[in-house]
Amino acid sequence: MTEALVRFEGEDIGWPGQPVLSGLHLTLHAGERLVLLGRSGAGKSTLLSAIRDRLPGRIALIPQDHGLVGPLSVHHNVWMGRLDDHRSAYNLLNLVRPLARERAATDPVIAEVGLSGFERRPVEALSGGQRQRTALARALFRGGDAVLGDEPVSAVDPVQGAALLEALTGRFQTLVLALHDREAALATATRIVGLKDGAVLIDAPARDLSLEALSPLYD
Amino acid sequence: MTDRGTVRPPLRRTHVLAGFALVTALAFALADLRLLAPDPAAMLAQMARGLLHPDFGQALPLLHAAALTLAFALVGVTCGALAGLVMAPAYRHPAVRGLCVALRSIHELFWALLLMQVTGLSPLTGVLAIALPYAGIFAKVFAEYLEEVDAGAASALPRGTGTLSALLWTRLPLAMPQMLSYAAYRMECGLRSSAVLGFVGLPTLGFLMESYFRQADYAEAAAVLLCFFAIILPLRLWLRWRLVPLYLLGALVLLAQVDVPPMGSGILMRFAQDIVPAPLRQGDLAALPAWLWEMIAGQIAPGTLVTLVLSQLALALAALIAGLGFPLMVRRVTGRVGAVLGDALLAVLRNIPDYMLAFILLQCLGPSMLPAVLALGLHNGAIIAHLLGRQAQGLALRPDAPRGLTLWGWELLPRQFPAFLALLLYRWEIIVRDSAIFGLIGVATLGFHVDAAIQQLRLDRAVLLLVAMGLLTLAIDLVSSHLRGRMRLAAGPVTSRVDPGRAMD
Repeated sequence: MTEALVRFEGEDIGWPGQPVLSGLHLTLHAGERLVLLGRSGAGKSTLLSAIRDRLPGRIALIPQDHGLVGPLSVHHNVWMGRLDDHRSAYNLLNLVRPLARERAATDPVIAEVGLSGFERRPVEALSGGQRQRTALARALFRGGDAVLGDEPVSAVDPVQGAALLEALTGRFQTLVLALHDREAALATATRIVGLKDGAVLIDAPARDLSLEALSPLYD
Repeated sequence: MTDRGTVRPPLRRTHVLAGFALVTALAFALADLRLLAPDPAAMLAQMARGLLHPDFGQALPLLHAAALTLAFALVGVTCGALAGLVMAPAYRHPAVRGLCVALRSIHELFWALLLMQVTGLSPLTGVLAIALPYAGIFAKVFAEYLEEVDAGAASALPRGTGTLSALLWTRLPLAMPQMLSYAAYRMECGLRSSAVLGFVGLPTLGFLMESYFRQADYAEAAAVLLCFFAIILPLRLWLRWRLVPLYLLGALVLLAQVDVPPMGSGILMRFAQDIVPAPLRQGDLAALPAWLWEMIAGQIAPGTLVTLVLSQLALALAALIAGLGFPLMVRRVTGRVGAVLGDALLAVLRNIPDYMLAFILLQCLGPSMLPAVLALGLHNGAIIAHLLGRQAQGLALRPDAPRGLTLWGWELLPRQFPAFLALLLYRWEIIVRDSAIFGLIGVATLGFHVDAAIQQLRLDRAVLLLVAMGLLTLAIDLVSSHLRGRMRLAAGPVTSRVDPGRAMD
């Protein structure tokens, strides 16, 4: 087995005194594509942020609320994925007047999520699906060892969603995604963790699971 | 602030109102509200005639003063906004916060009087007099805006992102629309400040107005007033952000051409020495307590009392005007034409600077506290009425709701009462701060003693009095926010796009 990136050994996750998941046992290995399933409120987002806190290396994020800056352009929001790679002065320069080479750098990922032509559009003028794709493009542009996504394709149609998930698996070695679409989960994941009532109900390789096997999560 | 064990019951509004009435009655007993002018009616008639027949014959000086009024406001507000923007991210630091409190607790007019000792009657004095207090206000408000933006974007940033990059890329762009709209509002205040600076000698519209009044040229004075309105009322039409750099350039060119009377050399050193308390300067440390006591007993205590009396009466008048005046803007109360007229009346009242209004009233009513009470009350009452009226226009009323006065009494007033109280409490601090400036027209507030001290070139006294003024403003701010908290008004008056705390400084 490859190295363990994150390990929970019987821990309570959530707020002090109010655990969302109690007695959690979970180990994430490099190279895994882990998908979290469960009803809303089952603790997927809580587990994601707990994993985020412990995950070493370079991580890309796709938060549920996208974490975009509305008044800034699509290019700006995508480029924001690499702010920590540059000095403040360079960041300021590219904020005030994006450099041609930085525009060229973000163009391919913007094209990959299907937003070509929208580079200069402020994000607040986009539709919900377009915003989500901007957040995805930001993660793709950032790159790194792992990507954490909370419902990263919830606002796009299934075909587009599948293509975007494929783009993520192509770009990142390790994925941890919270999804609600079971078919997409089975197609993307190497491993599925199903949460219910504050506990892990399912933890199995995706190839051993079927749609029926996942239905207890939603009963 | 409040820990859970000791939450006190909310203050009853009736109790607070009773207390307010009692304090107002006391202030009424202490105030000198006599009509001292020999024949106010004749004077008023004379002024009204002037107002009805404005004389634009002196067009050139009028245009020049108007342009300078704009220039001082533009440059002063811009400098204040930029300084405030730089200080805002560090506003949590006690030193920055303290500096900002000190800057904004002193009125523009007193900054001007103080700065004049160093920079003379130069454009720099006018620009700084606006920029310094405004920087303190901008820093506070911008800091709040930056705090309040959605934190999602900042938390989605890569972990290693620098603080400055995070601020510039997420919080700043998110807060920018609010900041710009606040800056536009401040520009309006800046124009009023700039005009009023004329009364202490800077070449703005106030200066022109004062000299016309002194010569009893009311027709010319009316032209000055109308010219001021012609600038400030359509502010939102001409204030375009793309044009601001152009405006600024013009303003700087204009200000650079103002003649500056020469100041002696070594003026800064002399100023630095002069503001040291006299006993210390003379090396007589033992005399310091007596000096302090004389200042406290002779000027600070009586000045504070008069300041409080004046501001209490002004606040009561503002409450009356706001409570009765806000429905003027509501169509269901005054009808379509009535609402437009009501809006216009409130706009005129709130846009005429309170100091200018007091100066005009002083000419017809005579030198008691009356002009200052009326001016402060009218100006502030109109501001509160305007904010309440805008909220009232947005209230969702049932289709068969009553109309006219019944609507006011049964729906609007009860629904907006918490907002009304909160606005009054917010405004209280500003009224106290502003009441000091009526010292310059003879009301014996703290400002009166500051003015006297500066004229006698006793800058040490002036600075001590200004410190006392700042502390008084701070104390009122604390009492006001305590009362708002105890009355459960802290969350802010009704949800609306107007934020009273800020829309009113």
